[in-house]
Amino acid sequence: MSDKNDKTERAERLSVFKTYKLYVGGKFPRSESGRVYEVSDSKDNWLANVPLSSRKDARDAVVAARKAFGAWSGATAYNRGQILYRIAEMLEGRREQYVREVADAEGLSKSKAAAQVDAAIDRWVWYAGWTDKIAQVVGGGNPVAGPFFNLSSPEPTGVVAVLAPQESSFLGLVSVLAPVIATGNTAIVVASEKSPLPALSLGEVLATSDLPGGVVNVLSGRTAEIAKPLAAHQDVNAIDLAGADDVLAKELEIAAADNLKRVLRPQPVDYTETPGIDRMTAFLETKTVWHPTGSLGASGSSY
Amino acid sequence: MASAFEYAPAPESRGIVDIAPSYGLFIDGEFVEAADGKVFKTVSPSTEEVLSEIAQAGEADVDRAVKAARKAFEKWSALPGSERAKYLFRIARIIQERSRELAVLETLDNGKPIKETRDADLPLVAAHFFYYAGWADKLDHAGFGASPKPLGVAGQVIPWNFPLLMLAWKIAPALATGNTVVLKPAETTPLSALFFADICRQAGLPKGVVNILPGYGDAGAAVVAHPDVNKVAFTGSTAVGKEIARTVAGSRKKLTLELGGKGANIVFDDAPIDQAVEGIVNGIFFNQGQVCCAGSRLLVQESIQDELLDSLKRRLSTLRLGDPLDKNTDIGAINSEEQLTRITSLVEQGEAEGAERWSPACEIPTSGYWFAPTLFTNVTQAHRIARDEIFGPVLSVLTFRTPDEAVAKANNTPYGLSAGIWTEKGSRILAVANKLRAGVIWSNTFNKFDPTSPFGGYKESGFGREGGRHGLEAYLDV
Amino acid sequence: MPTNASSPAAESVGGTPSAHALTDVTASDSTLRRFLHGLPGVDAVGLEGRAASLGTRSIKTTAKAYAIDLAISMVDLTTLEGADTPGKVRALGAKAVHPDPTDRTTPATAAVCVYPDMVATAKQAVAGSTVKVASVATAFPAGRAALAVKLADVRDAVAAGADEIDMVIDRGAFLAGNYLKVYDEIVAVKEACGASARLKVIFETGELSTYDNIRRASWLGMLAGADFIKTSTGKVAVNATPANTLLMLEAVRDFRTQTGIQVGVKPAGGIRTTKDAIKFLVLVNETAGEDWLDNHWFRFGASSLLNDLLMQRQKLATGRYSGPDYVTVD
Repeated sequence: MSDKNDKTERAERLSVFKTYKLYVGGKFPRSESGRVYEVSDSKDNWLANVPLSSRKDARDAVVAARKAFGAWSGATAYNRGQILYRIAEMLEGRREQYVREVADAEGLSKSKAAAQVDAAIDRWVWYAGWTDKIAQVVGGGNPVAGPFFNLSSPEPTGVVAVLAPQESSFLGLVSVLAPVIATGNTAIVVASEKSPLPALSLGEVLATSDLPGGVVNVLSGRTAEIAKPLAAHQDVNAIDLAGADDVLAKELEIAAADNLKRVLRPQPVDYTETPGIDRMTAFLETKTVWHPTGSLGASGSSY
Repeated sequence: MASAFEYAPAPESRGIVDIAPSYGLFIDGEFVEAADGKVFKTVSPSTEEVLSEIAQAGEADVDRAVKAARKAFEKWSALPGSERAKYLFRIARIIQERSRELAVLETLDNGKPIKETRDADLPLVAAHFFYYAGWADKLDHAGFGASPKPLGVAGQVIPWNFPLLMLAWKIAPALATGNTVVLKPAETTPLSALFFADICRQAGLPKGVVNILPGYGDAGAAVVAHPDVNKVAFTGSTAVGKEIARTVAGSRKKLTLELGGKGANIVFDDAPIDQAVEGIVNGIFFNQGQVCCAGSRLLVQESIQDELLDSLKRRLSTLRLGDPLDKNTDIGAINSEEQLTRITSLVEQGEAEGAERWSPACEIPTSGYWFAPTLFTNVTQAHRIARDEIFGPVLSVLTFRTPDEAVAKANNTPYGLSAGIWTEKGSRILAVANKLRAGVIWSNTFNKFDPTSPFGGYKESGFGREGGRHGLEAYLDV
Repeated sequence: MPTNASSPAAESVGGTPSAHALTDVTASDSTLRRFLHGLPGVDAVGLEGRAASLGTRSIKTTAKAYAIDLAISMVDLTTLEGADTPGKVRALGAKAVHPDPTDRTTPATAAVCVYPDMVATAKQAVAGSTVKVASVATAFPAGRAALAVKLADVRDAVAAGADEIDMVIDRGAFLAGNYLKVYDEIVAVKEACGASARLKVIFETGELSTYDNIRRASWLGMLAGADFIKTSTGKVAVNATPANTLLMLEAVRDFRTQTGIQVGVKPAGGIRTTKDAIKFLVLVNETAGEDWLDNHWFRFGASSLLNDLLMQRQKLATGRYSGPDYVTVD
């Protein structure tokens, strides 16, 4: 928030600070706990007080994500693609804001921060194009040895908890979030603990991109504190541990085993590279449908 | 339809579209005159009003356009896929923004009802660009090996029945895969392609990537024959398709053809009757039957023939024929005088051969090209109206006794584009679909299209597929 | 359906049309079941597609004026609340007779629809007008009572002067496959209606859930003597929709072709705007046909719809949009 920092030099006018809030169920609540924590830039200058989410916030976010799942997973892939593309359009319009937030958060030069933001916008475009193609790449007909039609199709697994990467506050966040919702899952994202501002601001874009409320829910706070109830939650179907360290990841994976959540373990990722499809397939089920074909008539005649 | 509830005229506003008195060819990002200065007129088939005067491309213009496309190819094909994607997404969005304008334009130039251009053509056009935009940076995942390469300059010739949609089917996959394009729209419907040229400019598409050459068959032939064209894509009649196949023989040009059809719509005795009637109507009267995949042969199980025909006739009596710009019009004008003549002559032959002709009472406008919805009963496989593609609102009704016989009759044609199956029994759908020699089978529905779904024919209906992942292959060097 | 010998299609319509041709289908539970299950299936996507496509008809100017007046004349102005009082019912009656006090050319509604204990009050309120009094009965809306109680409910309403009875079918029996029980109950209610009251049979389509069930219920109701078939009570989540009404219109159309007997249709619940109402009239016009474009054969079960129709009517008359302050609240 460089405008806050140089306000003393050039300000006849006092700037208006933004109150950073959570994004849950399409609304912008404060933490139910009433707690906040201080977020600073890479040079330790205070940037904002952000909500320190509690386990109850996590629970509310799961309820919102579950509620949104039916309609979102039931929307046509084309419709989801249009909405993801709309997110890119909205981000493009607020590019400068994100460049500033990312530069502050990650201590980057303006041009390096801009490259991160541009890549993040393009990543939404990349996944917008996947919504109606992933089934064509990972699904298909199976030539079973019998008079049956047999088709395998991918389906979203459900509610996915996503621990956003700690370092890449925006590009990393988008890179783990977009593939989850592209395929029809709904998500609860735990923002980078140290640099949550770009994630919290993303909620404002999502809220104005025709994305139904509850499809993405953004929480800020202590990753470990929020992640534990999410990993143990019986109504969460999967968890992406990108933002967890090895010790926490193992603990969460053990908790996740209780209802056999699909787990994507943390792994080294270069977020500037074009992604593959693995972050989508990690949160897809495969459904195979059998149906008899049979012969044409009782006589058994066939062509 | 005289009724107590008489719908007042509800015309879509024509003011939304601004048609210039004349248009040039679109070559290398500019509108230019034809080299020989020739022009032709495009008329509105519902009124015979001249809409605009269009530059008519000849061989020299084709050469100029191919050179422009060749020049643009180098940079265009070298762009990262993600950047090509963004151009196509822009085009998709601009089409969405301008869709009402384009729908009215298409209705004026083609004669089809605004209901169809608004609710079918334009949404599909935008969706097609949106879909292929997404493929541009994902070709590695398309199943054609790593980093599949484009072919080069694509020469594309499209018909008049879905002018802008056929353009989208051709241009979107070509650009997504990194090819550049020379496209010739049909001489009776050049306007929407020229408006598309303007959309390319609004989207900032590099010059020469898309070139539009309105003209007649000779221009199309020149595009096909041009030695520096690497790929030929044609949608139109089977006769011309065969001519094109001969032209490209011995060259290295890749060829895809979407040609005629004589689709069978098979209705079994356990069909959901009311929906089957809707499907039959949609199958043959959508776009006045000027659809290559039309369900122009109704194969009905003999045991329900009378009941089905009664329902069908009652339903046809509610069809509203008239001003294509009226939002309540179901049946618009035939695209051209030439097409009307062809339909009329085939229908006369049907009568002469002894088939029984029926049309609902309907008032035919005094100007323009019109043909009432028509149904022929007592048709057999031997009749010309059961074999030749009429490409008009004419349904030939045949009967069958068993599923075997239905399949045998459905397949008894040199064509193989589409077929429909109506039954509540899932296994029968799949068994019959397995046996049908046609590229698209609709069950308990008809004439459904989607950019993700491959479309194309067996046998003399052509080869290659447009749409879906499969549609990429036609434009890749694989 | 044609594979089933007792299906309607298999029967020829020749001679004097009557439901008599179909009497043997109600001879037993099994014949009735075979008949109902032999009706043609309904493809849900196709049905909804057809309803949506008719929904795109653009009804303007003179056609709109005609449709609005027709719709007003078809409204069964309804109040079915535990909190209904004589005052509320009198106000409703007055509104039904003169929907727009500022414009006496406005047609009266078809009926007011109330609970049985309010019938006498309603009769007084509409006395001297064309407005009929309809009463829900048979332990509306759930219908979970003994037959004797339901019949007493009906007789009460008829005795109090009800011109029309809106009964609910036993959905539990229907879903359990006891079609004959449902049939017998409708026959008994019809008898209790006597010669004076017309019977509307409510299926609660939202609870029958499938389109195949709605088609079966329609034929069942008509075979049992319904004068009207009606979608719903307005008390469940899904009430009248264009698709279920289209399906019922197909049923009454086919039933008349089959038997010569015309049956009315009443969508109820969820129709709130003029635009919605006109869509339903288009469905009637293009499915059953103009013979049904009359309040003897088609009704809207609605309450808030009327004010929207009146505001649209004022808009057509004055050229400017009206507002809720210019129609009456009852």
